[in-house]
Amino acid sequence: MSMSYTVQRSTKASRVAMTVGVLIVIGLALAPYWASRGDLRMMVEIFYYLALAQMWSLLAGYGGLVSVGQQAFVGLGGYMLFALAAFGGVNPILALVLAGVITALVAIPTAFVAFRLTGAYFAIGTWVIAEVFRLGFAQVSALGGGSGMSLPASIVRSIAESRSGREHLVYWIALAIALGSILMVFLLLRSRWGLAMTAIRDSETASESLGVETYVTKFLVYVAAAGMTGLVGALIFLQKLRISPDAAFSVQDWTALVIFIVVIGGIGSIEGPIIGVIVFFLLREIAADWGSWYLIVLGGIAVATMLFAPRGIWGLISDKWDINLFPVGRRLITEKD
Amino acid sequence: MDWINAIVQGILLGGLYALFAAGLSLMFGVMRFVNIAHGDFIVMAAYGALLAVTFTGVHPLLSMIVVVPGLALMGYFGQRILLNRTLGDDILPPLLVTFGFSIIIQNVLLEVFSADSQKLQAGALETASIQIAEGLNIGLMPLLIFLSALGVIGGLQAFFYRTSLGRVLRATSDDQDTVRLMGADNAKIFGYATAIASAVVGIAGVYLAMRTNFDPSVGPARLLFAFEAVIIGGLGNLWGTLAGGIILGVAQTIGAQIDPGLQILAGHIAFLIVLVVKPQGLFPKMKG
Amino acid sequence: MPEPILQTKGLEAFYGDFQALFGIDFEIHEGETIAIIGSNGAGKSTFLRSITGMLKTQGQDIQFLGKPVGGATAHSLVKQGLAMVPEGRKLFPSLTVEENLMIGAYGRSGSDWTLETIYDLFPILKERRHHGGTELSGGQQQMVAIGRGLMSNPKLLLCDEISLGLAPIIIKDIYEAVPKIKATGATMIVVEQDINQALAVADRVYCFQEGRVSLTGTPTTLTKDEISAAYFGLEAEGAQ
Repeated sequence: MSMSYTVQRSTKASRVAMTVGVLIVIGLALAPYWASRGDLRMMVEIFYYLALAQMWSLLAGYGGLVSVGQQAFVGLGGYMLFALAAFGGVNPILALVLAGVITALVAIPTAFVAFRLTGAYFAIGTWVIAEVFRLGFAQVSALGGGSGMSLPASIVRSIAESRSGREHLVYWIALAIALGSILMVFLLLRSRWGLAMTAIRDSETASESLGVETYVTKFLVYVAAAGMTGLVGALIFLQKLRISPDAAFSVQDWTALVIFIVVIGGIGSIEGPIIGVIVFFLLREIAADWGSWYLIVLGGIAVATMLFAPRGIWGLISDKWDINLFPVGRRLITEKD
Repeated sequence: MDWINAIVQGILLGGLYALFAAGLSLMFGVMRFVNIAHGDFIVMAAYGALLAVTFTGVHPLLSMIVVVPGLALMGYFGQRILLNRTLGDDILPPLLVTFGFSIIIQNVLLEVFSADSQKLQAGALETASIQIAEGLNIGLMPLLIFLSALGVIGGLQAFFYRTSLGRVLRATSDDQDTVRLMGADNAKIFGYATAIASAVVGIAGVYLAMRTNFDPSVGPARLLFAFEAVIIGGLGNLWGTLAGGIILGVAQTIGAQIDPGLQILAGHIAFLIVLVVKPQGLFPKMKG
Repeated sequence: MPEPILQTKGLEAFYGDFQALFGIDFEIHEGETIAIIGSNGAGKSTFLRSITGMLKTQGQDIQFLGKPVGGATAHSLVKQGLAMVPEGRKLFPSLTVEENLMIGAYGRSGSDWTLETIYDLFPILKERRHHGGTELSGGQQQMVAIGRGLMSNPKLLLCDEISLGLAPIIIKDIYEAVPKIKATGATMIVVEQDINQALAVADRVYCFQEGRVSLTGTPTTLTKDEISAAYFGLEAEGAQ
């Protein structure tokens, strides 16, 4: 009797999830034909929070980079969109893509500074950098200074003639960005970099001794996540049509809520942020008129999750049923023949 | 004279920043723990002082009698009951739990006290000043805060180097594992460290309330100032933290002298420059 | 026979899924000096870490001074009279020599071992008392570590590899202190890789091999062959 091994990358659950996932995506792509205008708006929000959550989870859960300054890149992406469209005469959709690219480029020198700090100090350092961006943009009078600016009407019309046309386009872009962020994390984790990142997460010293270039890997992850975050930021303010430093670089909206989403859903998985976003929006619907109590409750849930179930809801689910919808790892299957 | 005045005022402001920073520095030193809600605790102490003054009508300085021990007790039990659970090899739990606290504290304060700006009236202390030269006055209040910072840091230094508990705190900072073999209970030592840090936070909060307007949202900025003072000064060196606070304060007042909108930005930029040029800080820890 | 100061029955220890100790039966009586010998990875240090409470020992049968102490915390054991000189000395770099000694008395102190009596035992430390703990030579640092352990006036002193990384002449100096410490009636466990050094000071010997006790006896009755068989294992012996 001999044994043979095969390395399996997909699981039964992941194949079922794939099929269901394709159906859901088709349904979502057709949403402009079945959903109300209000629902579409909310779904855009869900999509951009999902993308932000995937990026934060990628940084913290895999790259070991706990950032509380991701609002720097959201705001930068938003401002780049406005600057390119309003002053560069660039088509807003093209400006959106360029905003992501520029944000990634700006993240390179930013990383050189932020990476001088490690661990918890890195976290606060990223926050200082985000504040520098906020205060810096408030000084630029061409962009409206501290009070901000609106996207000129002529540019808004250049996106699409009708209001519903614009809204549908923004919706599809948001859906594409959300799916793109999931795909990006999925492909990154399946790549050679993914193995390196998992090694970094599991043990920094061990991975260094294994010859993994920790610094370079972290650097690239940070820059890639910044680019995607900048793209999301551009989308957010393309939907809002108005930008100001306080809104663009809000730590509460673009980092605190995102962290709560990831913590509650589960850090270090693709499924976690998806679940977290669903929980977050359900809670928001329930708590629509609780005022600040909503944030108190949400923060309380996140703190309790961190203390008692540090791997979040998805951690509880996957421990209990051993399922894995996004097979980023490799399973060794032993067969007897 | 304007520039000299800006520098002098910046030095005095640095005293307040050093008070903000001392607690943060101490907690990181002993436990390798960074409290993201540090600034919000300072603001909470400021509201504590506001309550004490409102209910008793005493001078704001006297509110320290209640606020400082109150904060110390909260710190001790908060550390023992909640924060000790988050300590370990993983940096995520302490960061995310205290980040959650930050948002919770801001919103609770918002619900209880509203977003209105507050300030404690300190009477004659607020307006009194000493004239050094024509156009150069030193306010009595900023001077008092600066001298308090000197006193607090000197006191902490004496405590760390002259007492048995201080020695154990320093040893814990070196090696939390081996210190257990000396009969020290880490959980308790961490509680003491946070109690002391919180007492300093209490002092800082009362001075914040006396010196500037505050509202529930100003905590994060205080955290960043405290953090910058610690990093500029160099980790694990309390006198360095005072120097860091002064450098930050001077950078801010010089920035404000150029353009009032540049005050905070100038401080952040000074910090980033130090970070790039000398990431260990200007006065890194010395042995002995 | 009086009750042992420390006794373990069937002690096991784990690092995650890896089992490092497989049922250690051990006892030491008042005034005894016991040497634990064994090669690298035999489980000697793990054994010390277990009885000092640095490793979790919930539900295990460990008696110290007649009381069950399985699962006790390290700091509470210090207060009950257990002190350890850890492997690699582990002095506190920010503390001076004298402060390193003083911190040894943090959890527990007494009148036999004080700064004065430690300085009598190791006079060089008095000269160097204001130096940083880790500025001293390796041998002097080891003296500080032993002194620090004694400062709690322990009922039982554990010394983990006190000769490790030191030159033979320095090891001799350090071990000269052991009889002086014994003369005060101290009870000691000395963990050593250096068999000769261990046999010279010990009343009894335990040899560990792969997490088990492979041999016990007194230095006078054990033969060299018995010890090397117990130390290296039978396979290694067969290969030689």
